[in-house]
Amino acid sequence: MSEIVTQEHLTAALKERLQAEHVEIIDNSGGCGSAYEVIIVSSLFEGKSLLERHRLVNEKLKDEIAKIHAFSQKSYTPTQWSSMNQTQK
Amino acid sequence: VRARLLSNSLRSKLDKAVKNNDLVLFMKGTPDQPLCGFSRAAVQILGVQGVDLTKHKTFNVLEDDELREGIKEYSSWPTIPQVYIKGEFIGGTDILLNMHQSGDLEELLSSKGL
Repeated sequence: MSEIVTQEHLTAALKERLQAEHVEIIDNSGGCGSAYEVIIVSSLFEGKSLLERHRLVNEKLKDEIAKIHAFSQKSYTPTQWSSMNQTQK
Repeated sequence: VRARLLSNSLRSKLDKAVKNNDLVLFMKGTPDQPLCGFSRAAVQILGVQGVDLTKHKTFNVLEDDELREGIKEYSSWPTIPQVYIKGEFIGGTDILLNMHQSGDLEELLSSKGL
């Protein structure tokens, strides 16, 4: 694995390892290393507390997170995600 | 091979700190002078909730490299800041912010008498 974690790599990893049906990555790199804000929608989050969801993401992206300067995540189930998007419309 | 980062003495120091203090914040910098946006956000969220950090235990991980790496292993959590309430790991800034917005943080703090 290369030392730089690209958005493409992160997106692919999330889709594969977390069976994410939707991934959004915002690059907040402000000159002091890569910083990513990630929205993950996956049915694997169903029935899990916020801490458990974040721990799952941390575990699946262990190698990547260790290389990223700052990593921020928002995790939603498909149901939560679709109801959020309906509210916005 | 990844070196073991958490010595027994650090582990017992951390056990003691999180068990003997109602709230512990591991951060970059100090509450008066946070040195990272994530740590600043954590301090601000707790401040809005009425938590007076001068009355609680905070650790500046930038002052101690062993602590900086060791706390990640201790909590099985890859990033700083980290918040413990009554010995229980709560999470980092994403979780604090989410709990703050949903009202869960206020509920947790008041249920713990904080």
